[in-house]
Amino acid sequence: MAKSRSELGQIIHGVARDPLGLMGLIIVGAIVFCAVFAVWIVPYDPVAMNIKDRLQEPSATYLLGTDQLGRDTFSRVIMGGQVALKVALPAVFGAMAIGLTLGMIAGYGPKWLDNVLMLLFDTIRSFPTVMFALAVVALVGPSLQTVVFVVMATSIPTYGRVARTQTLTLRNSEFILAERSMGASMARILGVHMLPNIIGVLAVLAAMDIPTVIALEAGLSFLGLGVKPPTPSWGALLKDGYSLIRQTPWLVVGGGLPIILATLGFTFLGESLRDVVDPKLRKQR
Amino acid sequence: MLLYAIRRFGLALLILIVAVTVMFLMIRAVPGDPVQIMLGPRATPELQARLTAELALDQPIWKQLLIFYGNLMRGDLGIDVFSGRSVTAIVFDQLPHTLALIFASILWSALLGIGLGAYAAAHPNTLIDRIAAAISVSFVAAPAFVVALLSLLIFAVHLQWFPAIGAGEGFWGRLDHLVLPAFAIGLSWVGYIARLVRASMLEVMGESHIRTARAFGISERRVVMVYALRIAILPVVTVIGVGMGFLLSSAVFAEIVFARPGLGKLVIDSITTRNYPIVMGSVLISTGLFVASTALADLINAWLDPRARTAT
Repeated sequence: MAKSRSELGQIIHGVARDPLGLMGLIIVGAIVFCAVFAVWIVPYDPVAMNIKDRLQEPSATYLLGTDQLGRDTFSRVIMGGQVALKVALPAVFGAMAIGLTLGMIAGYGPKWLDNVLMLLFDTIRSFPTVMFALAVVALVGPSLQTVVFVVMATSIPTYGRVARTQTLTLRNSEFILAERSMGASMARILGVHMLPNIIGVLAVLAAMDIPTVIALEAGLSFLGLGVKPPTPSWGALLKDGYSLIRQTPWLVVGGGLPIILATLGFTFLGESLRDVVDPKLRKQR
Repeated sequence: MLLYAIRRFGLALLILIVAVTVMFLMIRAVPGDPVQIMLGPRATPELQARLTAELALDQPIWKQLLIFYGNLMRGDLGIDVFSGRSVTAIVFDQLPHTLALIFASILWSALLGIGLGAYAAAHPNTLIDRIAAAISVSFVAAPAFVVALLSLLIFAVHLQWFPAIGAGEGFWGRLDHLVLPAFAIGLSWVGYIARLVRASMLEVMGESHIRTARAFGISERRVVMVYALRIAILPVVTVIGVGMGFLLSSAVFAEIVFARPGLGKLVIDSITTRNYPIVMGSVLISTGLFVASTALADLINAWLDPRARTAT
């Protein structure tokens, strides 16, 4: 588990030795690179319209052609990666932080609190994700924040349950008992002693959760219920491409392939990370 | 077993009650007067007052919740704002389309997945096993709606092998229209189920009753097909039950992409027309379905494997 630099180095080394892990590392690296440096990579302004050049086929000028408003598809694909990560990263880290805290409290705190939290987790999990998302969007309206909120709310239980299980198995181990006998507070025990032992497993979960989040954002945007136009999200590309599917295939391809690629990359990386960080987990999923 | 069943369904009921309450409070917590939203800005005050009384919005919140539960018990989810039909009837009109799609998707992917998984487990580390593993990992991740869009593009628009929109008429017409959406939804499940079956199969193959069966000279084929597979498909039952929520979610997208009637299309159309009673009704009914299928999967598991009964 990543406590020191050398250990982190070992983990990365372990992932890079596994062919699938290396592929995941490369894909994820490329996506993150494109997202971070998007502004310098894109050949055109992704929201600038140019009606004269609408619905162009791919060419040297427009690598992936243009859409119905003459916007460069390639530029929109690259910028879309930034939007995807802008939704996925805060949502996943937020859900992880809240789920971790609640899960540790459930596992370490009094029994009644455990029961209440577990019931809450089970309830949230009982909504089919997309249906829950649609209900929230119907009530508060579509926006980037809504998507982040929905994703966070629906994935908190996953992290919470894993953190709880881990805490339960650790709560009676000797180093925790020793700390407790010396009168350490609950916050100190959980934060200083429990956390480092749980965070690795949760980080693996987070890596495997990112594709789901990216897909959900793209899905909602595809339905016109995610990020607002003209923001170039992959889902928005698919939405435009769907209505133009008989005129040009390039919008659907341009929106669809990055989603599949991102999903593949994060899944490969997550699986490989899991095998390196905690081989025991392999059986559980 | 009976005790377990009662406890499991008790939990399911509790979850449903909390879920419905959360849903109810969510609707009420949203800023804005629901009556005004429903009737639009041009409604007369008399009309607003009448609808307010009809929806019991002038009562305190706990009383509203009780009325809501009372109506729910009688299967009354409210009235459609536009047509005046009962929401329950509208939702149950659309539900069969969605269920047919889900059933078709899980059927083909489970059959293929179990077959692939069993074959891979019987011939571990062969070329086919490797290929199956690679395909599993790659497809597990593919989001259903992206697969739906790409298959629409390739098989319906370009190759024109299958119809692009609608649900079709007659048995063969319906079947023809089911192929692409069911393919899109099921694709990620094939690999998932194959991996699951392969793993549990390898575990089962090491157990003593398999060794005994082999010692009796039963053919390897029969050992795999009859003795091992029967136990190895147990996890698939659970996964499908728990996966009902994902299946429903994928079905929503597939219905939009292929312009099929069903729950998904109903919800999306209702959101665009701000028809809240239908949105909430659909969400409640699909949540109920999901909770029931999860509980059912747990029960089937407990029935097939007594060890599962002790764990809560």
